[in-house]
Amino acid sequence: MAGEGDRRADLEVERRSRLLDGLRSGGDGRRSVVIALVSTFVFFGVVFFAITNAPGWPQVRSQFFNWQEFKSSMPEIARAFLLNVKIFTIAEVFILIFALFLAVLRSLPGPVFFPLRALAIVYTDLFRGIPTILVIAMLGFGAPALGLSYVPRSVVFWGIVSLVLIYSAYVSEVYRSGIESIHPSQEAAARSLGLSRWQTLRRVILPQAVRRVVPPLLNDFIGLQKDTALVGTLGAVEAFQQSQIDTNATFNFTAYLCAAILFVAITIPLARFTDWLILRDRRRRQAGGATL
Amino acid sequence: MTEALVVEGLSKSFGRHEVLRGIDLTVAEHEVVALIGASGSGKSTLLRCINLLEPIDAGRIFLGGEELTRRHDVNVVRRRIGIVFQAFNLFPHMSVLRNVTLAPRDVLGLSKREAEERAKALLDRFGLAEKSDEYPDRLSGGQQQRVAIVRALAMQPELMLFDEVTSALDPELVSEVLAVIGELAAGGMTMVIATHEMSFARDIADQVCFLDEGRILEQGPPLEIFSAPREPRTQQFLQRIIEAKRL
Repeated sequence: MAGEGDRRADLEVERRSRLLDGLRSGGDGRRSVVIALVSTFVFFGVVFFAITNAPGWPQVRSQFFNWQEFKSSMPEIARAFLLNVKIFTIAEVFILIFALFLAVLRSLPGPVFFPLRALAIVYTDLFRGIPTILVIAMLGFGAPALGLSYVPRSVVFWGIVSLVLIYSAYVSEVYRSGIESIHPSQEAAARSLGLSRWQTLRRVILPQAVRRVVPPLLNDFIGLQKDTALVGTLGAVEAFQQSQIDTNATFNFTAYLCAAILFVAITIPLARFTDWLILRDRRRRQAGGATL
Repeated sequence: MTEALVVEGLSKSFGRHEVLRGIDLTVAEHEVVALIGASGSGKSTLLRCINLLEPIDAGRIFLGGEELTRRHDVNVVRRRIGIVFQAFNLFPHMSVLRNVTLAPRDVLGLSKREAEERAKALLDRFGLAEKSDEYPDRLSGGQQQRVAIVRALAMQPELMLFDEVTSALDPELVSEVLAVIGELAAGGMTMVIATHEMSFARDIADQVCFLDEGRILEQGPPLEIFSAPREPRTQQFLQRIIEAKRL
């Protein structure tokens, strides 16, 4: 069974994941806190001083950090940002499903399934290789230009399709790493009970695999949330496009800052949520004690 | 005597390495056969081949007179044979009850109620009734292995295979698992047991097979094998076991 060694290793891993741990393990706790505070203040003090005393600073401040501009452009950009939220919410749902399908295709064993495996491999290679902005441009401008009556002409639609195609390639690799991380003995146990290959995948392999890849999955979604800005290049008025409209009108770049703040405001909670999930998973395992 | 399991000329290689070289083995109904031999002698591979978990290179396997090696649907074969592994291999994301009811429900098509009744009766019989809602990671090794046995039994197999089921256990947990196997033997279950527990093999088995480099070198009732082995290799192996104070 899992010995003391394993548990000690787990605790060490957990310790490393904590930002402030250097403070705690120093022995004299109060002294390390003081040192940390002082060095933080000195560091940021120097950086602040260097920037605000730069010859171009007054210019930069009025161009990028203009409070008046901030107040006047924020509401519109925030409204446009709702389109980003809509794009990634819809895209995420389809990515989760399509990527899982790709990953399952790719892990089918035996020579019979070679064509399907090959197809999945070609797909992931292709869509991980092409820059996102190119796919968006080709589909967003190309597909509506076909002029077919049953092909939607909305650029947002094609933007979402592009993001689903690209991110599914990444996410399917994440799923696949999860599937491959499940020990073959789990499959042997399931098959030995008479479960078919499909039943084994559905009941035993995938539930464990998906649980393991939640953190890297969320990581890809953070990337996706940012890439929704690329749909703006098609002319859809999302946060980035809106801020560009504003800067073009006022020759002031503070609108970009508004958009940046909005993106950060939704990715940071997701990142912290991911960390929390990882930690919770590890704690649960430790509470269980034995892991084999 | 009715034959439950017949293995004829079974051979299996992993790449260029020959693991089994023509195994012949007959197990009668209600009989308990122990496979002994050094690590790497082919005991585990033989069990995995019988359950068709490993494709075989040559030979035939019959279960209850029917040739398994000619059947196309391996899933039907496997539900008639239960196997318990050294590393338990419970499904960690399912409760004990779900571990035990999964195959009866998905493979045999039992209703949830029927499967749970069957599972609870078995868990109760082996002293695991109060663990049915626990997750495997929270159980001791001995309890996990007993659950694994119950999981296999829930399919009501004709034959049970045990693959060194106590090798991964702390010494003080071995006896609870062996007691379960002993109870199954007393109940008339046909079993093939690969084991390093020689005294257990001596007490429980009707027949002992000594495997050496992929062959059954010597076979007979336990008294004969353990007290008067004929083959020098068997004598050597048992001598080492006695020196290690494991017999």
